[in-house]
Amino acid sequence: MSADGHIEKKRLENPPQTIDVKIKRREKLGGEQFWETFSVPYRRNLNVISVLMDIRKNPVTKEGKETTPPVWDMSCLEQVCGICTMVINGRVRQSCSALIDDLLLATGNNVITLEPMSKFPNVRDLKVDRTPMFEHLKKVQAWIELDGTHDLGPADRMSNEQAQERYAYSRCMTCGCCLEACPQYYEDNYIGPQAIAQARLFNMHPTGKMNMDERLEGLMQEDGITNCGNAQNCVQVCPMSIPLTKAIYQTNRDITINKLFGWLKK
Amino acid sequence: MATNIKIAIVGGGLAGLAAAMKIAEAGHEVDLISVVPVKRSHSVCAQGGINGAVNTKGEGDSPAKHLDDTCYGGDFLANQPPVKRMCDMAPQIIYLFDRMGVPFSRTQEGLIDFRRFGGTLHHRTAFAGASTGQQLLYALDEQVRKWESAGKVNKYEGWEMLSLVLDDHQVCRGLIAMNLQTLELKEFKADAVIMATGGPGLIFGKSTNSMTCTGSAVSAAYQQGAKYANGEFIQVHPTSIPGEDKLRLMSESARGEGGRVWVPKNQGDKRNPKDIPTNERWYFLEEKYPAYGNLVPRDIATREIFQVCIEGYGVAGENQVYLDLTHIPAETLTRKLGAILEIYEMFVGDDPRYVPMRIFPGVHYSMGGLWVDFEQRTNIPGLLAAGECDYSIHGANRLGANSLVSCVYGGFTAAPAAIEYAKNVDRKNTETNGIYAAELKRQQEINDSIAKNEGSENQYKLHDELGKWMTDNVTVVRYNDKLKATDEKILELQDRFKHISINDSNLWATQAIPHARQLWNMLELARVITLGALNRDESRGAHYKPDFPDRNDEKYLKSTIAEWSAEAPILSYEDVDISLVEPRKRDYSKGKGKTA
Repeated sequence: MSADGHIEKKRLENPPQTIDVKIKRREKLGGEQFWETFSVPYRRNLNVISVLMDIRKNPVTKEGKETTPPVWDMSCLEQVCGICTMVINGRVRQSCSALIDDLLLATGNNVITLEPMSKFPNVRDLKVDRTPMFEHLKKVQAWIELDGTHDLGPADRMSNEQAQERYAYSRCMTCGCCLEACPQYYEDNYIGPQAIAQARLFNMHPTGKMNMDERLEGLMQEDGITNCGNAQNCVQVCPMSIPLTKAIYQTNRDITINKLFGWLKK
Repeated sequence: MATNIKIAIVGGGLAGLAAAMKIAEAGHEVDLISVVPVKRSHSVCAQGGINGAVNTKGEGDSPAKHLDDTCYGGDFLANQPPVKRMCDMAPQIIYLFDRMGVPFSRTQEGLIDFRRFGGTLHHRTAFAGASTGQQLLYALDEQVRKWESAGKVNKYEGWEMLSLVLDDHQVCRGLIAMNLQTLELKEFKADAVIMATGGPGLIFGKSTNSMTCTGSAVSAAYQQGAKYANGEFIQVHPTSIPGEDKLRLMSESARGEGGRVWVPKNQGDKRNPKDIPTNERWYFLEEKYPAYGNLVPRDIATREIFQVCIEGYGVAGENQVYLDLTHIPAETLTRKLGAILEIYEMFVGDDPRYVPMRIFPGVHYSMGGLWVDFEQRTNIPGLLAAGECDYSIHGANRLGANSLVSCVYGGFTAAPAAIEYAKNVDRKNTETNGIYAAELKRQQEINDSIAKNEGSENQYKLHDELGKWMTDNVTVVRYNDKLKATDEKILELQDRFKHISINDSNLWATQAIPHARQLWNMLELARVITLGALNRDESRGAHYKPDFPDRNDEKYLKSTIAEWSAEAPILSYEDVDISLVEPRKRDYSKGKGKTA
């Protein structure tokens, strides 16, 4: 710790000459998975993406076998689009922000394993199809109903505290880490923390609140909020530190209140 | 008159989604084609904010001043009437996003807060933390999802446009796109097509752009006859974080909130920056530009940073300078800039609240793009464009936080123009005369020939070479001999392209064929950028030639227009509409000159 109180990051002191990258591959949807290992020369400031780019340029395994270039998704490379999510050394995260030095420091060896997320259809190699997550957003009507996009002036005033609370939920990039880590989620049986948190985001908004009933309705079906087993894995893996368990708690409370007093509205 | 209007939109960033929302709201149908799920579009990377002269700080700001700042900042190369319309619409755009639920940062009275940005003396930039682009994109993504649920918008995510479908009269009747999973090609019939595909940063190899920003679809349209304007105007952002895979943006909001750029006065000073006393630090922007200081426009900040590094003042003798926030309380920084400081910490490992950041300029934005008229229509009937992929608004240099507002303005303007066109378009013969089948066949043949090719060239290495040449010779400082050599290099790369092998025997979800197609299109567009720069013997905005250091209005107060031909781009020049703000010399060392 330095004099001003901030903790300085630990650096990798004796980097290896090369790193071994083990990739869990699949040729196409429904095909068998298999492993291939690639040896990549170490350089400072590598991340998983730049290592994959290296391999793509020269797709030859450590054993010298020519193979196909690995397929993976990437876009912003700033951990804000969510597309490059995969399982790295056993932990689900974005590959752009997975720095090789940090991975080597954590394991103490020179091996890095890359696997596709296991909870979504695996298109090829490290690429998965997260369409179900976007369908969940439809189910909870994760939007504000507008009278129209014509000029109607600003919305209601709002305290900065409330804006900041909503901002925390609004940073969700639909990456799927929470679903990958959730022990309850398999074969799209559960709407999951991401959609519940988005319902919460709009239920907190002064205008969005007016459609709270419809949103809660979407969470009260067979794949709804009651599937949560309170393992709290989601909140630990969320790269945006979204208070997912708080959203689940608050939304459960909203549903209870809605059930208790719902008949009064009829 | 047509019924059941269908409009195809290519690109699902801010501009594309803004247009989709307006068209669906008007009761028409949209096919929305995007290479990635639209929520993952490059607009998410915009950090600092969105401009609009709402004037809640009592500074006397107005849309007229926003217009003046934008024209002045763009070195007077933008046609002014659409800029005026954008600046007039900007406050309404911010209010609409407010109603859509964007969590804008607030003042103590609960109003939308505004921060300062480059090239203006007013607080004009609304922001949601430091991930404003993400927040605005999400708001539109949500609204468009609502229209998708209502059956008005059909999304084709994971599809890439390969070409337009033009009829015998060069009228756009739709497009051909490729499914990136199955590689299936499909025709999209449409009464009008709106291009909203963003910028071409990947032509420069590493840039601040997302990996989807190849400019490929725009280049395809250009090769089919769409005019491309002001290609040579490429914005190099003064503050990016160099990386192996990309250059990550460090937002201008860091300077907007008080960040100071400096280098040690002693060249090669090896001390910890915190141990270098103030009088041994050179705050070169503040010294040279006392009025605007660290908030001079991007082209100027970039050249100054570049210059001090060339003169040997770069930190530790390398191409980097300090961007220092450590004099601001950590709590304030977390609240106002949290998201971008996290990015720096995540990728570099230092906490910018306590350690000055090390930054260097990086390719960021294309002011140039498809030529459009004041209603966002290209020269091809039935083809419109909006957002970074069109050339309007920003002239020779874009001001910070003007991109988000220009994307939404472009989408909001293109949508009614496309509907108006579609209502009146003559549709006869388009179903039966085989134009879709012919274009599908042509595109399939290109894919087949790439798949079959067996040569010794590696397409990713060709892309690296292109990026290096473009970055070295066609960015901050430009010389005619080097520009000529770069064009020759591009021709050489085009020749070598014919000998690439895709290295992938498995065509399912292969990225090799899409990348090869993007690469060819990048090479075509790279020539437009390079030759546009070669032919413009002056310095204006982001385009700087030491051999021609002054702006030359007499000869070059004109938009460059490039039209494709098999040999080389054909360049011509078009007058700029300067009917609203009279051009004057840009000088940011003093308070601004005469304003509107």
